[in-house]
Amino acid sequence: MGKKRLTMRRKESISGYIFVLPWIIGFLAFTAGPLVFSFAASFTNYNITSQMDFVGAENYQGLFTEDSLFWTSLWNTLYFVAISVPLTTIGAIFLSALLNQDIPGIRFFRTLYYLPAVLSGVGVYMLWMQLLDPGTGMVNLVLSWFGIDGPNWLFDPEWTKPSLIFMKLWSVGGAMLLYLASMQGVSKNLYEAAEIDGANTWKKFFHITIPMITPVIFFDVVTSLIGGFQIFQEAYVMSNNGEGGPANSLLFYNLYMWKQAFTNFNMGYAMAMSWILFVIVFILTIFNLKLAPRWVHYEGEEK
Amino acid sequence: MDKPNEDLDYLDEVDSLKTLGKAEENPSFFEHRGNRKSILVIINFVLLAAGGLLILSPLWWMVSTSLKTMEEVMSFPPTFWPESWEFGNYLRTWEAAPFTRYTINTLTITMLVVIGNVLSNSFIAYGFAKIPFKGKNVLFAIVLATMMIPGFVTLIPQYVLFAKLNWINTYYPLIVPAFFGSAFNIFLLRQFYMTIPTELIEAAKMEGASHFYIWWKIGLPLTKPAIATVAIFSFNGAWNDFLGPLLYLNDENLYTLQIGLQVFKGQMSTQWNYLMAGSLLVLLPVILIFFFFQKYFIQGINLQSGGK
Repeated sequence: MGKKRLTMRRKESISGYIFVLPWIIGFLAFTAGPLVFSFAASFTNYNITSQMDFVGAENYQGLFTEDSLFWTSLWNTLYFVAISVPLTTIGAIFLSALLNQDIPGIRFFRTLYYLPAVLSGVGVYMLWMQLLDPGTGMVNLVLSWFGIDGPNWLFDPEWTKPSLIFMKLWSVGGAMLLYLASMQGVSKNLYEAAEIDGANTWKKFFHITIPMITPVIFFDVVTSLIGGFQIFQEAYVMSNNGEGGPANSLLFYNLYMWKQAFTNFNMGYAMAMSWILFVIVFILTIFNLKLAPRWVHYEGEEK
Repeated sequence: MDKPNEDLDYLDEVDSLKTLGKAEENPSFFEHRGNRKSILVIINFVLLAAGGLLILSPLWWMVSTSLKTMEEVMSFPPTFWPESWEFGNYLRTWEAAPFTRYTINTLTITMLVVIGNVLSNSFIAYGFAKIPFKGKNVLFAIVLATMMIPGFVTLIPQYVLFAKLNWINTYYPLIVPAFFGSAFNIFLLRQFYMTIPTELIEAAKMEGASHFYIWWKIGLPLTKPAIATVAIFSFNGAWNDFLGPLLYLNDENLYTLQIGLQVFKGQMSTQWNYLMAGSLLVLLPVILIFFFFQKYFIQGINLQSGGK
């Protein structure tokens, strides 16, 4: 009996491994293997054709001390993340608060506000290039109704990054829905108790809604930071096939890495860049995790 | 327009429960503050409607521009409503580039990616959710950790790998990885498998069914809604993918719609009417799928925050 049970358990284990085997193979082939190779190659002058000589920390040194475009791309990315992440987060929270009410047609509004979030790809980037076109686009037309002389958007280095941030704001619906779902999970008793104490709408929003949804705010901020640092497609398409925009104002980190890897074939150099990005994202995520207990409130947790 | 409303029942249920609860527990709630509340409702309604117009106006502008003549597109100030409705623009756009071929290419890749994602992720997730084995928790932690790795760190070495395999200018780099699972989908489907009672699986095992049989005959049917979510997100991801085709496809005959549109943009430069017609055609399948399957999008979004 005991022996039979043991073989049963072994059989179970074997089938367990068989089930997760595809993931293990995929992980080794497409994640772990490439990570190891990339780390090793970042210390070489690898260029995919023939060269692969060990150069020590030369790539890293070169990036930090000699490559001004590296700093430009890092600055562009930081600028974009520092403005777009808070803006989209706050926008999404207010929008979801507005959509979390009993108003006629509210389901229709939710659908409407969510729609842009599912649209992405070249079609959307082209739409925004037309909307922001200084002469024929809609944005400057609407601004002119209010007597505002609109900027040159994607043609003016000062305005290229704000252009992309506007585009991001348009598709804030995904995050909005995330917040809406969590707002609907907030207990009604809390609001009723606050009403008895005479709290108004704003007080209820800032003292009940916001603290109760902090876990989702945390999740959203962490994921949009990670995502923000990887901005590529929109910058590639909207800066004329990866040219980086006027005065390199759209040369984001990943775009520059792309150029080094697939235009100049400085693969080793580009992989060193990718590891620097990895470290930046990693440190930021750890920082977020460490900071979280100060402001993220989990229900049922003792203070 | 019946269908989308039905599909939003998911959110609506929460809503009706909310109003129901309020009215029952506190009958005087509406009477008491009726006037102030209705004014607030009107203000909010107006705010939402204005915001809705703002959200929709880019899409309207795309439709409107796509129906204008080139002359009208260039006229200043631009017009909101097309003077003459040039439906022929769509035909001309379609014929100006090999869009038919691009569509067939994109559909081929997308379908295979969806099949790969659904099968592999469901299979793997079943293993993580329902079969006990040593080291399972460690492996699952690694699954989740891979979500933190920036895509470009693996992109360049993956390119090297696929180049060594002579897979450049084939669809393999775009399709094959889909058959080996992805962290988010494994996580999402595992959540669903966790809700299937273990007794059900135990009972099937008593009757001599293998795990493979149970997964295929019980697991897959019971997790249909989650699979639909994975399928729709995969469809969107593959349909909109730009980076992969840009990197791996150099042969014009292999181009996808996203790459075709990008090249088309270069050729048409300021022919905004054709560019908008092309963009709309490429976005249309995604818009249609959104309106028919909203429920599954919402499901995926909710699970992203861990079901909270």
